[in-house]
Amino acid sequence: MSARLDVRKTYKLFIGGAFPRSESGRTYEVVADGGSFAANAALASRKDARDAVRAARRAQPGWAGATAYNRGQVLYRVAELLESRRSQFVEEVTAGEGLKSKAAEAAVDAAIDRWVWYAGWTDKVAQVAGSANPVAGPYFNLSVPEPTGVVVVLAPQSSSLLGLASLLAPVLVTGNAAVVVASEKRPLPAITLSEVLATSDVPSGVVNILTGRTAELAPPLATHQDVNAIDLTGAIGADGVEWGALEAEAAGSVKRVVRPPLGDAEPDWAQLPDGPRRILAFTETKTVWHPKGA
Amino acid sequence: MSNFEYAPAPESRAVVDIASSYGLFIDGKFTEPADGATFKTVNPATEEVLADIAEAGEKDVDRAVAAARRAQEKVWGPMPGAERAKYLYRIARLLAERAREFAVLETLDNGKPIRESRDVDVPTAAAHFFYYAGWADKLDHAGFGANPRPHGVAAQVIPWNFPLLMLAWKIAPALATGNTVVLKPADTTPLTALLFADLLRQAELPPGVVNILTGGRETGSLLVNHPGIDKIAFTGSTPVGKRIAQEVAGSRKALTLELGGKAANIVFDDAPLDQAVEGIVNGIFFNQGQVCCAGSRLLVQESIAEDLVDRLKRRLGTLRVGDPLDKNTDVGAINSAQQLERITTLSQSGEDEGATRWTAPCELPERGYWFAPTVFTDVSPSHRIAREEIFGPVLSVLTFRTPAEAVSKANNTPYGLSAGIWTEKGSRILWLADQLRAGVVWANTFNRFDPASPFGGYKESGYGREGGRHGLASYLQEGSAP
Repeated sequence: MSARLDVRKTYKLFIGGAFPRSESGRTYEVVADGGSFAANAALASRKDARDAVRAARRAQPGWAGATAYNRGQVLYRVAELLESRRSQFVEEVTAGEGLKSKAAEAAVDAAIDRWVWYAGWTDKVAQVAGSANPVAGPYFNLSVPEPTGVVVVLAPQSSSLLGLASLLAPVLVTGNAAVVVASEKRPLPAITLSEVLATSDVPSGVVNILTGRTAELAPPLATHQDVNAIDLTGAIGADGVEWGALEAEAAGSVKRVVRPPLGDAEPDWAQLPDGPRRILAFTETKTVWHPKGA
Repeated sequence: MSNFEYAPAPESRAVVDIASSYGLFIDGKFTEPADGATFKTVNPATEEVLADIAEAGEKDVDRAVAAARRAQEKVWGPMPGAERAKYLYRIARLLAERAREFAVLETLDNGKPIRESRDVDVPTAAAHFFYYAGWADKLDHAGFGANPRPHGVAAQVIPWNFPLLMLAWKIAPALATGNTVVLKPADTTPLTALLFADLLRQAELPPGVVNILTGGRETGSLLVNHPGIDKIAFTGSTPVGKRIAQEVAGSRKALTLELGGKAANIVFDDAPLDQAVEGIVNGIFFNQGQVCCAGSRLLVQESIAEDLVDRLKRRLGTLRVGDPLDKNTDVGAINSAQQLERITTLSQSGEDEGATRWTAPCELPERGYWFAPTVFTDVSPSHRIAREEIFGPVLSVLTFRTPAEAVSKANNTPYGLSAGIWTEKGSRILWLADQLRAGVVWANTFNRFDPASPFGGYKESGYGREGGRHGLASYLQEGSAP
């Protein structure tokens, strides 16, 4: 009796809660660390990137308007579903990153735990980063962090799941919507993550995931007038991409820019975050005044 | 009914002693610019030349940055926070002691009414130093992790609308956190920064901790692009802010920007109208409207629009426009011929595009740069006067019917610095405050500032906050964990 032939998955984009192919009809071959064929991923176009921004913009107010408690529950639910697909992620991370299975397991476990860590921040960050300000006059004066809006995340090129989770989860905590450009050579865990997001309670359009050439997708997203912020971490190690040039393009619309870490190398993602820094990088402080009087 | 006339009540300018020329303040001393270039600063109310000012060039910027670096590494950085605090307290006290001198000089160089420089600019500047002084030895407890580190040398470029106050907003948090500073005041208002250098002599601040380079756009560009700079703080127009962000991209210099605005001041039909009129006047005519957070778009609920505009015009008829040194003056001079030209051009576009123009009845002095308080009605959101920052005493009135329409009109701008709300309904204030995409929301008040209150913009109004605990973040390095 011969072994059963496996049924393979078509890897597609994730835009506005749907899984379309690239409107360009293009794909590119993704190879495993050893060089064998892994899948054909969608090669997203500039038009796909614009569609993703539009979906994110549409979804953002609703996500920001949800209660912090609700966002926390939804993000925690993502961690639950990640856990239920743990073995699949371990397989993909092993194949894509060429890790030994122990190391791949550790990376997936850390990604799930990171997601749980950030889920817990939703209803705490305003208390840590906000303030009641003692002004010299009869005024109520309160500062609170609010989401910046639509955030583009260039996902890390090497750490395809843990690195991605470490950048994406903090963006979502306060109510931003995200457009993710997945690791160019290792996009499969990001697409599988999108399947998790689609079946969790994250509203459609809050996370959009593009696969393709970072060099093709990052410049139009950096200049896009309806994008408020961009995390350039994944520019490191991407072919044909310079983060400084992207930062210059982002300046035209006063985008908030998170630069890659010092030394232009991917950080050790296994290290725990030292605080809510990545959450606050995508927030705006709003200060409200009102007179006091009888 | 006729008004009682006021007798002139000019503040004496004898309290200030303006030199005929000023050098650059580098490493604790006034020195001549390397290539000898100078420019003039004038009193915008009279066009009288006040002094010749040195224009810093490349070599001067080099020297100032080197002095700041030396001071940061050898003196200011290693100094215990408690000692830095005491210097800042000294500065705050000295500013208060010499308040009248600074107020008169500010009014002479800027054109703003003495009432404002005396009651707002100078006391708020002193308060800012006093506030940040207290942070200098408490940074471990400010929520930025243990032992947060300064960037190093900060380049600070400030505008002409609040010359001394912006200097305080920039220098106080930078010094409290252990940075040293090279500051460039605006070319039309350098005098109070230069007088501040004299105050630093009295404070015995170590040389090089604060350096002041006068000059124009070229000097600013040399400064922010200097490789020895670690941190840039800029307040000014959105186009210049974008250019700076572009120029320093890829350099890893930390950057905060406080840029332009086109604030909506929203008045509902249940608002206390007399109070609202005062707030609207303060919102757009304070400092001749040359305020980035000015309430330049008045959004009025349709049912009360006519009544409110009538009351507003009546009130504007009582504003006293004229000699900025007169203690009864409400509206002073426009800061420069160039700014007057911009206000004039944009106001003309309002007429050309079909809005209805009303000008407050007042006599303007013959010499100097003046623009009478102006209100445009019948303004549509597509008009330039509804979209572009005028930075002058010009108010555009638009109307709305529902709260949702007010929100969408208010947010329909690339800017997001400030906004105003006038209504007696508390729940509506809180709902609207959530909806408005602006860094500062004033409800039933406008244009309030305090050292403890964070200030800064959303969207193209910039990033980073000044004031409060949040203002420290702009001057401290971030952690390195993922």
